Amino acid sequence: MTNGNGNGNGGLRLRERMGEAGDKLRTSSLWESVFRPGSPFKGGYTDTPRNRSYVIMNNVLYHLHPVKVKRHGVRLSYTLCLGGLSFFLFILLTITGIFLMFYYTPTAIQAYPDAQALSTSVAFGSLVRNMHRWGAHLMVLTVFLHMSRVFYHGAYKPPREFNWIVGVVLLLLTLLLSFTGYLLPWDQLALWAVTVGTNMAGFVPVFGAQVKFALLGGAEVTANTLLRWYVLHVLFLPFIIVIFMAVHFWRVRKDGGISGPL
Amino acid sequence: MPEIPESLLRRSAEAKAKALGIPVEQVLAEMRGEVPPQEETASEETADGGRQTAAEPEQEQPADAEQVEPAAEVEQEEPAAEVEQVEPAAEVEQVEPAAEPEQEEPAAEVEQPEPVAEPEQAAPAAGGIQPAAGGDGSESSTPPPGGDGAGARDGGAGDEEPVPVAAAGAGRVAAAVATRPVAAPTGVPEGVRTQRLLTVVKAKAIQQVKTEPTDKVNTWPHLMIAEFASLLAMTGFVVVLSVILQAPLLEAANFNETPNPSKAPWYFLGLQELLSYFDPQVAGVLVPTFGLIGLMAIPYFDRNPSTKPSDRKFAILMFTFFLAGASTLTILGVLFRGQGFNFSYPWSDGIFFDDLKDWISFE
Repeated sequence: MTNGNGNGNGGLRLRERMGEAGDKLRTSSLWESVFRPGSPFKGGYTDTPRNRSYVIMNNVLYHLHPVKVKRHGVRLSYTLCLGGLSFFLFILLTITGIFLMFYYTPTAIQAYPDAQALSTSVAFGSLVRNMHRWGAHLMVLTVFLHMSRVFYHGAYKPPREFNWIVGVVLLLLTLLLSFTGYLLPWDQLALWAVTVGTNMAGFVPVFGAQVKFALLGGAEVTANTLLRWYVLHVLFLPFIIVIFMAVHFWRVRKDGGISGPL
Repeated sequence: MPEIPESLLRRSAEAKAKALGIPVEQVLAEMRGEVPPQEETASEETADGGRQTAAEPEQEQPADAEQVEPAAEVEQEEPAAEVEQVEPAAEVEQVEPAAEPEQEEPAAEVEQPEPVAEPEQAAPAAGGIQPAAGGDGSESSTPPPGGDGAGARDGGAGDEEPVPVAAAGAGRVAAAVATRPVAAPTGVPEGVRTQRLLTVVKAKAIQQVKTEPTDKVNTWPHLMIAEFASLLAMTGFVVVLSVILQAPLLEAANFNETPNPSKAPWYFLGLQELLSYFDPQVAGVLVPTFGLIGLMAIPYFDRNPSTKPSDRKFAILMFTFFLAGASTLTILGVLFRGQGFNFSYPWSDGIFFDDLKDWISFE
């Protein structure tokens, strides 16, 4: 291409050599063993009806989906993708949450300064913290809207009754995840919102005081509560919600895929 | 060419001799390559390469002379019925006609008259049967599976996936065909695969035929693209929101100073709003508990099987009522409650909700 500068062949030769090395790598047994047929690293698929099936079947993530879906379910206006978006927001919150965990200490002394540092001195800290907070609000919203959508389509009707129950549990877990996260910045907003929210637990008949004590790790919100809710927020509740999500998705498939058409 | 046990050789020779009406010894000699082979008689053919009944009595090749067998043939023409694989969702058009009639054989070379229909995908059934193939008496010169790459199954077909194969309508017959990699002996053109009919299975015996096909499309690309687009849109939305709106962070927690008002997160503000009307036992315990249990119980109360909106006006009315009530309470709690959680107008008294404070301003 650039023969004019007297040095033009160098680039070409380099490219050839790179090409050879690439060919050697792509035919090596390591490469062969790592990538499945149809992988983009093996030249991908040609577009045939069967290969469209293999795109789904040969990929561990896409395999959540069936190979084919009902035509009406593909229309965006049917589901508005709300369930999918809820799941996606969960993933987004997991990723941003892991980032935040690197900079956060769940102690009464360190929590607030850490939250402040995230907003001021950590690279991308402010953006990630904001994404985590707004994403959490959005997830509550999308889960709730997803439930409404399912109701209006009558998609909880047999054989999907149990999956509706799992869905309600998922809504509750989403709320709990969001609420436990609310306390973690350990500012006035967090402290008193949680105080108000957990005061209601005290009104549970008979066991009220005990429930509140177990929830807060004390008679009122303290440093114990912070640690307790941190563990709930980053470990326990995600663990539970992932199990329920797995059942939820699995049941969607087992109960015959998307509901409808109306 | 591997050594073939004498007993097997003898058995197939007997079978062939019986079929052709010639002495066993002669056949055996042929098979050992001591005598030039006789003309093949068994293979019939139809010219059109289409429907061909794979009638294939025992057919012998002298080793090395020819490797050609009439192709067994999967029925291609019928609209593919569906094999239930994993889930009830059966797939239409999953199976495209896999016929690749390799018609042209250089006639001079060998006798390879038959069009070889090539079922690209060995049916799961066929895969299972394959090991037993040697038992049918006609096995003579086929090397063990995987012996050579000459006709090796193409990798792109992802051979181990149990793909819904077999195209056979109800009551029709699916022929299970084993495709074997065969070392091309001298005289057989490179790349020609030979096939043998292993068994004929009644369709109904192994398949659950779905009688009502539903209108389906491939997940890739139709659904995946929509999902990917909404995923990107959501990512973009969250990023933009996070760039322009700072998440609230007030002063450090102080147990001695209660802010006025103290509000729960927005999704609990409906309940907090209820607290100002009802006893805490009712608003804080009964309503959320029965709300959740009631939600879970909906499918068991609503036994109306129809999903048509016109058939379920009452259910829709009730749920809409619930939604409207919940959102009204939440909006009241978020926007219309000020100092001391007393009623206030956001436009005159300001917003008392920290997550929203920076969003809306009435100045």
